[in-house]
Amino acid sequence: MSKDIYSLCFMCSVRCPIKVSIKDGRAVLIEGNSHVAGMDTSLCPKGAAGIALLNDSQRVQYPQIREGKRGEGKWRRVSWDEALDYTAAKIKAITDQYGPESLVLGERFNLGTHVSKTFMNALGSPNYFSHNALCKGSSNTAFRSLFGCTDDQMGADMKGAKHIVLYGRNFLEAIEVRPVKTLMNAIKNGTKLTYIDPRITVTATKAHRYWMIRPGTDLALNYALMHVLLREKLYDAEFVERWVLGLSELEAFVEPYTPQWAEKETGIPAAEIVELARESAALKPTLFFHGYRAAHHTNEIYFRRSMLMLNVLMGNIEGPGGYYFVKGPGDVGGKTPRYLTNQKFPEKSTPVRFDKVGTPDSPLPDPNHGEPQILPQAILNADPYPIKAFIANRFDVIGSIPDSNQTKRALDKLDLIVVIDINYSNTAWYADVILPESIYLERTDCIMPVNGLKPQIFLRKQAVPPRYDTREAGMIFKGLADRLGIGHYFPYQNMEDLVSWQLEGTGFSPADFAAKGFVEYVKDQISWDRKDGLKIKTPSGKIEFTSSLLENAGIPSFPAYESMPSPPEGRFRLLTGRLALHTHVSTQNNLYLNELFPENVLWIHTQKAEALGIKDGEKVRVSSSFGSGEINAFVTDLIHPESVFMVHGFGQKNKKAARAFGKGLSDAELQENISDRVGGSPAYHHTFVTVEK
Amino acid sequence: MSKYYLLHDNSQCIECHACEVQCKVNKSLPVGPKPCQVFTIGPQLEEKLPRATYVFVSCYHCKKPLCAFACPMGAIQIRPDGIVFINKADCAGCKACIEACPWGAIQWDPEADQAVKCDYCMDRIDQDLKPACVNICATQCLDFTAPDQVPKIKRYVRVGGELKIK
Repeated sequence: MSKDIYSLCFMCSVRCPIKVSIKDGRAVLIEGNSHVAGMDTSLCPKGAAGIALLNDSQRVQYPQIREGKRGEGKWRRVSWDEALDYTAAKIKAITDQYGPESLVLGERFNLGTHVSKTFMNALGSPNYFSHNALCKGSSNTAFRSLFGCTDDQMGADMKGAKHIVLYGRNFLEAIEVRPVKTLMNAIKNGTKLTYIDPRITVTATKAHRYWMIRPGTDLALNYALMHVLLREKLYDAEFVERWVLGLSELEAFVEPYTPQWAEKETGIPAAEIVELARESAALKPTLFFHGYRAAHHTNEIYFRRSMLMLNVLMGNIEGPGGYYFVKGPGDVGGKTPRYLTNQKFPEKSTPVRFDKVGTPDSPLPDPNHGEPQILPQAILNADPYPIKAFIANRFDVIGSIPDSNQTKRALDKLDLIVVIDINYSNTAWYADVILPESIYLERTDCIMPVNGLKPQIFLRKQAVPPRYDTREAGMIFKGLADRLGIGHYFPYQNMEDLVSWQLEGTGFSPADFAAKGFVEYVKDQISWDRKDGLKIKTPSGKIEFTSSLLENAGIPSFPAYESMPSPPEGRFRLLTGRLALHTHVSTQNNLYLNELFPENVLWIHTQKAEALGIKDGEKVRVSSSFGSGEINAFVTDLIHPESVFMVHGFGQKNKKAARAFGKGLSDAELQENISDRVGGSPAYHHTFVTVEK
Repeated sequence: MSKYYLLHDNSQCIECHACEVQCKVNKSLPVGPKPCQVFTIGPQLEEKLPRATYVFVSCYHCKKPLCAFACPMGAIQIRPDGIVFINKADCAGCKACIEACPWGAIQWDPEADQAVKCDYCMDRIDQDLKPACVNICATQCLDFTAPDQVPKIKRYVRVGGELKIK
């Protein structure tokens, strides 16, 4: 017996639409859902390897309660009832004694986020956070400062661009299937690609212009590009006149930032910078693409703003090849689905979050997501108050937040660590309770609205029953809620109920998803009129180069550029990044992905390696003020001599993830936990390291 | 030689290895054997730009397959359409085929203790489906076609046309 189930992948956070082939009750193959425009049957290697995750005996199979010392690796298998009773009793005792705010819940943003937020809202704790800030918090704030909406509320049309500029955005390896297909097709059809990165990646091998920029100086490059565009009047004067607030302020600000000045900072010849500026005016539309991973330096928000401002200057908004405002069901006369968070909740115990987002200490990051990287300091300093319990929902704080040693010291201070996960993660190794989640192929999930030029709703539908004694996170939170006296906020008996409840009033039913895996509100794409129809939600109704969001918080729109320091002799700037075969800290133990890329290596420039006596493939020790570890060297000319690079997510410390255990080195062990407190993202590329044999 | 051709367009390949993973999933293979594989040559600078060559290799399905001639069990067979495949029931695990193949196409499955190779997913193509590697390819740089179509496709590409078979 064979059948196909349409669903959504979750090997990374992109959630590509998939078709799962079921044979005799077993999921045997996954491919892209070809009903979805631009998807075809394509998937990335991680998506294909979902079958290996499903069949893996090295994932978490049943609930466990810690027996030995924390971090000793001894747990007792328990029933779900015992695990939930135990966890709920602990949460109750802790929140009774220290207040609901002593509980923090952090997760990788997911379709069930409204369930986990509801759990925290119902308990009265302000302390929900998602991983978003670690990826793109500063982008989110940059968008709000300019357009009055978040980055999620805008999209970019690569297909229509004649020229695309990518800054350190290793687009073809940090792969999202549909956008990658769009870019490769665009290139085939003549779109030019400019790629700027201190490292030669796969993306660089497809570019028509490649610049090995001095690490961290992309902002200087952008100020020089603006300088040329304004000086030579190459910008779209009509659009800017109509929609921009603060052009003259920008003009005055970038006046000293000449291409000659930028050459000294970036290492890119002034003449070539001028050429790029002129080309972006000649090859319209040129898309300056912001992308994910806006978490490199402490000035990140200004870099993200600069990319967006270049698009605005070129009038590249709400037209082909540019940024557009995404359209939701409301924009087409449709009804939005319901969320549990729409309910009325009790007053929070305190308005102040653990990360102080929304207070004068950190006024601008998005409180819907918070700043995860502040958690260790908040726990260690009991600032703003004592934090005693932490629920990590599919979020490996030790592997993801910079400075793992500090994070571990903070976890040591907690009375309760609950891990909901599919993997034996670094953080699971420290857990008091492990509540295993069913993987994406084994569960129906909350609905996924996709707002864009054409609003749609997708559904993750259970393809096969759980292989082990696992549950959906939505049911785990409900189980805890029932035991904590807040069960009435969770009006469903199973996930199918919850989906039906969400869809009520939208005009769609769960059965509508069976044929193609998604439904759409309208057939045609919608765009607003660029002349008068842009609905910009800033206080001025304009795109704010001089930003009221920033300036009302006492933060300048145009702070003077501070030169990015070069590392002192004998040190390197540590860069980190992705490749197509792994996601974050979550796939390194997958049978097939581990086979193809079992261990990260340290990229180091040939001349620097020679000076240090390091040969290709040799084991080296990498150290910073925060940690140290061993990794094999990859000696190469493909990286800027000021920097060394490693792929993120390795150095697994959980012995139960046996394939990945001890392989390679974790970047988080070396990085300083320092942030762009304006934008909200950690500065992952801030740390200098030494390398020795 | 089979009547098929598995064409790989290096200019569209992004070295993601989805083909390799899907091949192994489809054949339920353990760690080790890689019936298909993508190799990278480079990157090196060509006229100041970094360029790499991504090479896809699997099995050529030779007209006179040395692996089949070497097999003492007659386990390696040739279909009428030219696909060279291993009949698992007859494979004794002697590895003579691995020795014989000049291209390294025959792989070793350490769990089955048998040889394994690309068979163009013949069960799939018999159902009018593409081979698993072609089907999953993230950028559609792989194409399953006929050899006499290849020169046409290459000429189209050279003049900037689209890589499509009619």
